Amino acid sequence: MDKIPILKMGHYLLVTIQIDLYDRLALNLEADLVQMVSKTDARGVLIDISAVSIVDSFMGRIITNIANMSKIMDAETVVVGMQPAVAITLIELGLPLTGVHTALNVERGMELLKKKILVDDSETDDDGQDDSDSPE
Amino acid sequence: MKVEISKMLQKKKKQIIDLWMKNQLADENLREDLMSNDDLREQSEELVDVLLQNLNENNITNVDSEEFEAIYEILGGISISRARQGFSPRETANFVFSLKDALLQVIQQDYKNDPMELYNVSMKISRLIDSFGVVTFETYLKGREEVILRQTDEIAEISTPVIRVWDGILALPIIGTLDSARTQVVMENLLQQIVDTGSSIAILDISGVPAVDSLVAQHLIKTVSATRLMGAECIISGIRPEIAQTVVHLGIDLSNITTKSTLASALKFAFTMLQLEVRKKQVYTGIANKI
Amino acid sequence: MTPKLMTMAKMIVTVLNKDRMAVVREQDVVLFRNRVKEYATKIGMGLVNQTKLITAASELVRNMLRYANGGETLIEVVSQGRENGIRLTFTDKGPGIPNIEQAMKDGFSTGRSLGLGLPGTKRLVSEFDIKSIVGKGTTVTITKWKNG
Repeated sequence: MDKIPILKMGHYLLVTIQIDLYDRLALNLEADLVQMVSKTDARGVLIDISAVSIVDSFMGRIITNIANMSKIMDAETVVVGMQPAVAITLIELGLPLTGVHTALNVERGMELLKKKILVDDSETDDDGQDDSDSPE
Repeated sequence: MKVEISKMLQKKKKQIIDLWMKNQLADENLREDLMSNDDLREQSEELVDVLLQNLNENNITNVDSEEFEAIYEILGGISISRARQGFSPRETANFVFSLKDALLQVIQQDYKNDPMELYNVSMKISRLIDSFGVVTFETYLKGREEVILRQTDEIAEISTPVIRVWDGILALPIIGTLDSARTQVVMENLLQQIVDTGSSIAILDISGVPAVDSLVAQHLIKTVSATRLMGAECIISGIRPEIAQTVVHLGIDLSNITTKSTLASALKFAFTMLQLEVRKKQVYTGIANKI
Repeated sequence: MTPKLMTMAKMIVTVLNKDRMAVVREQDVVLFRNRVKEYATKIGMGLVNQTKLITAASELVRNMLRYANGGETLIEVVSQGRENGIRLTFTDKGPGIPNIEQAMKDGFSTGRSLGLGLPGTKRLVSEFDIKSIVGKGTTVTITKWKNG
């Protein structure tokens, strides 16, 4: 069976979706990704959808799910590279993907993730709990 | 003696044209400013010529006859060109209907001793010209529609320029009413430019939008949301006091959108977001000015 | 064409090409989408309209699989006057929709979806028509004009 590879890079997980997902594949990705977040103690998830030409409500829900699930496990999710036509269609469909962070490309997405996690850490620092796992 | 009507008309072609021209020239609404009388005569002659050539006893009662195609073609050409020249619908329709008067006058003279036949023939001619009138009107409208469509395309093209005001900042001044078709063009242009230039901030300036109602606001919100999905931020600038008033009175929620009153303040805000600073150049004139 | 014939053609929708396809498994969704894309590309539909059409098709096909265990799809290339377009028909023999009016309102859903299915889909296309008989099945027809 096809599988979407999840790459680990430091504290981050990288997923590049290169094909149009059918339901089972998308559901598997959701499950795999949450497993990986837990296993690797990742702080950020970056999903590159620049090669995806169609995002319907099902796919939109999977993306929102992944973001929300990761969030409860203390990992931020950024979706990068959405095509203009896909963005316009999602808005028309009524799916603004609330709660999901977005960025123009992988590079910007990584910057955003680093910034988010830094902010989180400084907040933890304010609470007086020094987190030895923090990046850098 | 019963002469075929089409033959009779063919014989009196000269008379028909003269009568028709007389009718047209007598009309006080004649548009000599749009078309010279010589051109009008030429057009009229051509039409009568083709009509009489193709008219026969069989097709006079059958307006769908293929033999009339040549006439429809000429009529179509005439009405489309009139639509473009700026003739009114009435003037265009009268062109054809005044031909009816001329034809009926000729027929009346010819059948003055046979009221029954006169009535029959008049009805036939009347129906035929009416159907010509309908075609004229349809093509006239089509001509006007084409003009409108072309202009709409042109407006859509010229009215949505995306300007790169700074590295990473795009500005899009919107002038005129924002309807759904326009929003579509604006969104497509803007999002494509965001991808092409890698810009992370877009400023939508609506100083040129005459009014913002809930529909326009919805279009603006859609554009902002789509920009965010792409991973860029969208600021709306050019909110005039009247617009602020209507927005609040209509109960439109713009709280999720960054709005600024002028393009300048939006640009300033964008600089802050990009952690840029624009300063006046320091000129060292003395110790007093030194910081 | 004479002006008369042109005006007649403007009102009549003519079918230029048809293609039937059954959708019974979830893998068929991607196959069906690709087929729709093929036709949309063939008539020169722009990318944004193409994406809207295929997304709408995807929503409807998923509904068919979810509520009726699949059904039949029909892809047609249609023309109306100078405008070309794609017409898609989705026919299933599922339970049917008892209250279509309610189903066409934003926020209504009987399934696990976000409840944006039908109204959202309608916004993506030029024409949307739904007929449903409870216990017999549902037929949805959508049309997207090339420049619509």
